[in-house]
Amino acid sequence: MIHTPMDKIAKATPEPMARKVRGLSDRTIAWIFVAPSIFLLLAVNIFPLIWTIRLSFTNYKVNRPNREIDFVGLRNYERILTDSDTWMTMQATAHFLIWTIVLQVLIGFALAYLLNMKFKGNDMWTTIIVFPMMLSPAVVGNFWTFLYQPQIGLFNYVVTFFTGGDPSSFSMIGDVHLAPWAIVIADTWMWTPFVMLICLAGLRSIPDSIYEAAECDRASKWRQFWTITIPMALPFLMLAVLFRGIENFKMFDLVVQLTGGGPGNTTTLTSIDLKREAFEKWRTGYSSAYAVILFVTVFGLASIYVKALNKVKER
Amino acid sequence: MSTFINGLLRLRRGPWEMVASILIALGVIMLMQPFVLALFTYSFIVTLIGTVMFIIVSHFPE
Repeated sequence: MIHTPMDKIAKATPEPMARKVRGLSDRTIAWIFVAPSIFLLLAVNIFPLIWTIRLSFTNYKVNRPNREIDFVGLRNYERILTDSDTWMTMQATAHFLIWTIVLQVLIGFALAYLLNMKFKGNDMWTTIIVFPMMLSPAVVGNFWTFLYQPQIGLFNYVVTFFTGGDPSSFSMIGDVHLAPWAIVIADTWMWTPFVMLICLAGLRSIPDSIYEAAECDRASKWRQFWTITIPMALPFLMLAVLFRGIENFKMFDLVVQLTGGGPGNTTTLTSIDLKREAFEKWRTGYSSAYAVILFVTVFGLASIYVKALNKVKER
Repeated sequence: MSTFINGLLRLRRGPWEMVASILIALGVIMLMQPFVLALFTYSFIVTLIGTVMFIIVSHFPE
């Protein structure tokens, strides 16, 4: 007879309970533990997705719940994809997406490269630089609205300090040509630190021994940068592009607070347009089709990025 | 090129994923380009075919 602590615990378990537990296989116990998570996932993610796809084929309006729901087939998709206003919205989103990613990756990587060099006050500067990322998008949108004010805004004064002229001669938010750049600048200011942190993690993961070997081979700093730093930091850069690409495709709060989609429709991004269709015009079926189109696009892009990321990791 | 076509014929993951990725990228470019409305109209179906194809072919053998 063995009297280990485990035996004592097993004996202390009431017999009916012990019989029940003994009857379950490892696989069943594993399913019991995983089931709540799977149930939550189905209830919170999968069910709304299937419901949205179903609604996208109907003329349902959520503000008229008693009206008869008709199946309209692909008419909602046809309307969205032949609408020139939606097309303009997609172009505004493309402008925002491309320029924010380009600027954030360039500036973020440059900052990470500088911070990776050991100097006094390194940690303090890192903390100061990541500060914008910690703010709420609503707060950032609000204070950039003040910064862009033609009469009192600091932004106009800084620009005219370098270019000359009257600070009130242009309005970043009110001008149809400048407003798309106003949202790009604000988003870049807010999210460059995030890209910088990811790049910094990538740069710090490169072992010093590789650079020392390159020094022994008399490789120049320029060559070390292109043949060691960039290839080894590339998976991290791609990860940053993936995150920011998907996030900015869904961008809503910052832009609504800053420009409200105006002037006209120049800064109306797809998510703002979608919200207007769903909760201002109450075209639920139409907006569901719109949401499905955006979902498929983001899902497709994410698939490509993950594949590219895996390829880079395998190298 | 012949390796690529062989891979397609033998239902290998690599070349088929490449085809699916090209379709997705083409669909997204068509969706966001500012030149031809007809390309915008057909962008979704191209992206959808690419995405569904990607999900299926990612289960093909290496």
